[in-house]
Amino acid sequence: MFDFLDSGQYDLLGAFWVTVQLTLYSAVGSLIWGTLLAGMRVSPVPLMRAFGTAYVNLVRNTPLTLVLVACSLGLGLTLGITLGGQDFKAMGFRLAVLGLVAYTGTFVCESLRSGINTVPVGQAEAARALGLSFFQVLTLIVLPQAFRSVVAPLANVLIALTKNTTVASAISVAEASALMKTMLENETSALFAVFAVFAFGFIVLTLPTGLILGWVSKRVAVKR
Amino acid sequence: MSGVSVTKGAEDAVPATGDLVVLSNVNKHFGALHVLQDIDLTIARGEVVVVIGPSGSGKSTLCRTINRLETIDSGEISIDGKPLPQEGRELARLRADVGMVFQSFNLFAHKTVLENVTLGQIKVRRTDKKSAEEKARGLLDRVGVGSQADKYPAQLSGGQQQRVAIARALAMDPKVMLFDEPTSALDPEMINEVLEVMQQLARDGMTMVVVTHEMGFARSAANRVVFMADGRIVEEATPDAFFSNPRSDRAKDFLSKILHH
Repeated sequence: MFDFLDSGQYDLLGAFWVTVQLTLYSAVGSLIWGTLLAGMRVSPVPLMRAFGTAYVNLVRNTPLTLVLVACSLGLGLTLGITLGGQDFKAMGFRLAVLGLVAYTGTFVCESLRSGINTVPVGQAEAARALGLSFFQVLTLIVLPQAFRSVVAPLANVLIALTKNTTVASAISVAEASALMKTMLENETSALFAVFAVFAFGFIVLTLPTGLILGWVSKRVAVKR
Repeated sequence: MSGVSVTKGAEDAVPATGDLVVLSNVNKHFGALHVLQDIDLTIARGEVVVVIGPSGSGKSTLCRTINRLETIDSGEISIDGKPLPQEGRELARLRADVGMVFQSFNLFAHKTVLENVTLGQIKVRRTDKKSAEEKARGLLDRVGVGSQADKYPAQLSGGQQQRVAIARALAMDPKVMLFDEPTSALDPEMINEVLEVMQQLARDGMTMVVVTHEMGFARSAANRVVFMADGRIVEEATPDAFFSNPRSDRAKDFLSKILHH
């Protein structure tokens, strides 16, 4: 039933490796971008707040497929933005990461903002009373505590991101689900086996994420 | 502790140039509520001013306007001759010179006691880490929590946390210390350990504005008692004069309710 695995015809590990890479680069990127967005949304500067709010509401409510296709066709093919990718493959991968970061960053931002709301206002007041600047209050006092309270929700975002990388196949990135489509066409007799293999692959990636970050979330929780 | 306040009653003798904090004609509203009404208050260098009054009289708000944690609608506040600037770098610099102790301690929950006391020195005063820690340990010893330096705030009792908060404020070498009901969130048995630290500070000549319900502290450590009610300063006097012979009916009424238990 799982003969297709031994045929050597499909580079299953290679495809999942692309998925892992997409996930990791996008995770790091969206963590940074999401933090910046959250900073903007709580900033005392009205223009930054307005940009943060507009961006989050626009991008969060746009289908990911649309975001990625816009990156590929709009930025890549029409405007010629290749992000330094030398060939079509590298360019597609980088644009996919860009789209995933742009999209996932909004969810990171909103998780983090709910975390900021868990930090008692007195913490920021005490920091301001010491003479720390807004930026210092945010980066030294508020965000470190906010992050600790949103590890579990961020794990959710990371799991969703891992699965969302499959959308990158829409712009021809050769990740796991792209290989799955090929295999489904070739191995019609083992349809459910193919499904099972890929489902298992994703569970292997996401289950530990949830378990490990659940444990981390308890470890780093701020005691009050 | 009658010998404590050597400068008791000295506010009359302090020349005008010794004024450290000056509030003139300060007004503030919370919506329809006029919490501060035409407040005029001058605090001289080295003076200990205790602000008392019923809940909702605006005394905490008054305390918080001095380092602009609360903005004011009109009037002027100046510290050491400089008017309070708008939110920004200028204001941050000024706040560094004004120590603040809160009712709810507000120690940074994700940092150790030692880090709480070194943070301001390192990030605002740009002191190097080693001397900041040295100073922090000295201050923690002085307030009697030296042995707790490496613990987190949540592991300390309320009284210990508040003493750390005092050390954190002192680490900035403030010109004036503001205490916003520092003992109101404490168990009765922990109130004294905090008051003793404050007594010591007063004795050392620190300029202090203390909002409190501790009449004993007001009696023994204050140079001047400011009685507030309904957003106004109703009465200002030396503690002796205020407690033994209040002039206003409002103060008489207030004292009759809180004393003699």
